[in-house]
Amino acid sequence: MKGRAIVLGSAIAAAFAFSIWLNKPDLDLEPLAPATLESPNLEQIKAGEYLVQIGNCVACHTDQGGAAFAGGRAVPTPFGEVYSSNLTSDDETGLGRWTNQDFYRAMRHGRSKDDRWLSPAFPYTSYTNLKREDSDAMFAWLQTLPPIKRVQTPDTLRFPYGTQLATRAWRALYFKPATTADIAAMDRGRYLVEGLGHCAACHTSRGALGGSRTGANYMGGEIGNLGWDALPLVPSKPMTDSEANELGQLLKTGINTHKAVAGPMSEVVFHSLQHLNDADLAAIVATLRALPPADAPPAARVPQVSPEQRQSLRARGKVVYAEHCADCHGDAGEGRANIYPALAGNANVNAVSATNALNLTLNGGFPPSTAGNPFPYGMPPFSQSLSRPDVAAVLTYIRSEWGNDAPAVSVVEVERR
Amino acid sequence: MNPMRRRNRLTRWLAVPALLLTLLALPAGAAEPAELMGKRLAACAACHGDEGRTVGEDYYPSIAGKPAGYLYNQLLSFREGRRQHTIMAGLLANLSDAYLGEIALYYAARPHASQPQMTGATPEQLALGERLTVLGDLERKIPPCQACHGEQLTGVVPMIPGLRGLPARYLDAQVGAWKNGVRHAREPDCMGKIARALKPEEITAVSAWLASQPYAVDAKPLDSLPNTMPMDCGVLP
Repeated sequence: MKGRAIVLGSAIAAAFAFSIWLNKPDLDLEPLAPATLESPNLEQIKAGEYLVQIGNCVACHTDQGGAAFAGGRAVPTPFGEVYSSNLTSDDETGLGRWTNQDFYRAMRHGRSKDDRWLSPAFPYTSYTNLKREDSDAMFAWLQTLPPIKRVQTPDTLRFPYGTQLATRAWRALYFKPATTADIAAMDRGRYLVEGLGHCAACHTSRGALGGSRTGANYMGGEIGNLGWDALPLVPSKPMTDSEANELGQLLKTGINTHKAVAGPMSEVVFHSLQHLNDADLAAIVATLRALPPADAPPAARVPQVSPEQRQSLRARGKVVYAEHCADCHGDAGEGRANIYPALAGNANVNAVSATNALNLTLNGGFPPSTAGNPFPYGMPPFSQSLSRPDVAAVLTYIRSEWGNDAPAVSVVEVERR
Repeated sequence: MNPMRRRNRLTRWLAVPALLLTLLALPAGAAEPAELMGKRLAACAACHGDEGRTVGEDYYPSIAGKPAGYLYNQLLSFREGRRQHTIMAGLLANLSDAYLGEIALYYAARPHASQPQMTGATPEQLALGERLTVLGDLERKIPPCQACHGEQLTGVVPMIPGLRGLPARYLDAQVGAWKNGVRHAREPDCMGKIARALKPEEITAVSAWLASQPYAVDAKPLDSLPNTMPMDCGVLP
């Protein structure tokens, strides 16, 4: 009886302490400069438009077919769906009544105007590195958007992930706000990669609770519940100058001599990276080139394929490849510069997980239309014309030919799609 | 004038500049050589056939020779979710309006080809389909298909598609999608109204009759309709 009272008492005390901790003011956060109320000048607004593009805000904050920046797009996470918010100047449902201080607090500290702890689906873990003047410029430009009324769609996160308590706890585990000194110490490339560009949101894998895996920086991995894998950004070997130039071309135009972007990265180039100015592009490339090696995410579990099965898949795959793939990708998987990506040495092809290769083979895809590549060549979807066993065969062949070295793809894996 | 109709008028006038921009954007495309466009669009050929012709295909529609404005509007609709098809939306997601205009012009300029389809429909079904297509059902405010899609059902440039040479299953699925609210056109959505007025068996009958009709190789969309259209359609200026 006494024991029970102690347990109950401690539970109440813990809950009390918890609620204080949950609601305490931002004691651990740096105070932010107050709002500036004078109207921004044209230069600031122009700068803000560029920064909003580089942050790719439009991609998440626009629903399919909906008004730009009015929010409503579902962001799938392993815990349920989070719906993006309305960034237009509407008073009731958008940012119409916000100040630039409110906006900076959301970016830097992940806290909304009404003091709610924001869901980390909004990548404030990266935006915390943002400078005040840049945040103010972005806000100034967003305020020029015509007001669009769109009431926030409630998230569909499973209990308890959608609660403020869970978000608060998540922050304690995974979020360390940047200090002014941290921000001042960053060069332009790091500032764009680790801040506004929020590359880590996809390219650093996440642990079971959705926090960035420590020590796995920019090593790629599964992207939330998007059904795509992010490629590692850390170079596997030192990059030559010409490889660095090609990387710049890939980010700016979506295509280069050997590669084409695909899947979610196609969206990033389309909405965001194609607008990079030359200096920023060079700074990003320099930063990516210098990324320190990190631990690869835990290897995806790959269904086992026996050596005999692998042999027969490869034999059949060679025939399928010659008939359906070689016309564009070449007899030796060499591709065609700036048109069709090479498959020999291709990072999507060689990833341990066949997720991206399967997506592309079954559903096809276009690299993005960009100023540098306005009318890209598309990959046909093969989900109708190739049988499941033939897809497994051709991918097994491609993944083990021309120096490629990735596990075979079993028929079961294709059938599960 | 009732307020609904006034609002429809307003929406329509607001849509006009959008459409004009669309059509102005289109001719710029003629610069892209057809041969290169054909190679770029291998992804489309996988289902819609070489140069957009699907002869003997069970579901996927021929798109060759359809009016450019119509095709452009459909591409935008797939990209923006007014028409729902996962593969189409995925393919078009990161293509610019300018490229979609090029694609529309390319397919509009390809010669059409099709053959009448054996649909397995009964003579009664075909008779019902023909009656609705040619006469409509004026009591139920269902205009004949010919009133808008042209006497030979070849469509009208730039926005009204031809109806011949399409698989019955495709036609059935599209009108059904309109009826069920899955497919939308710009308001006032005239096809949506017609589809909702049709019974499912009537939709099947019309689809079967249309698919079973021959379509002359040299048939082209009309330049204009002889009479005013019986309904308000938001996609038209």
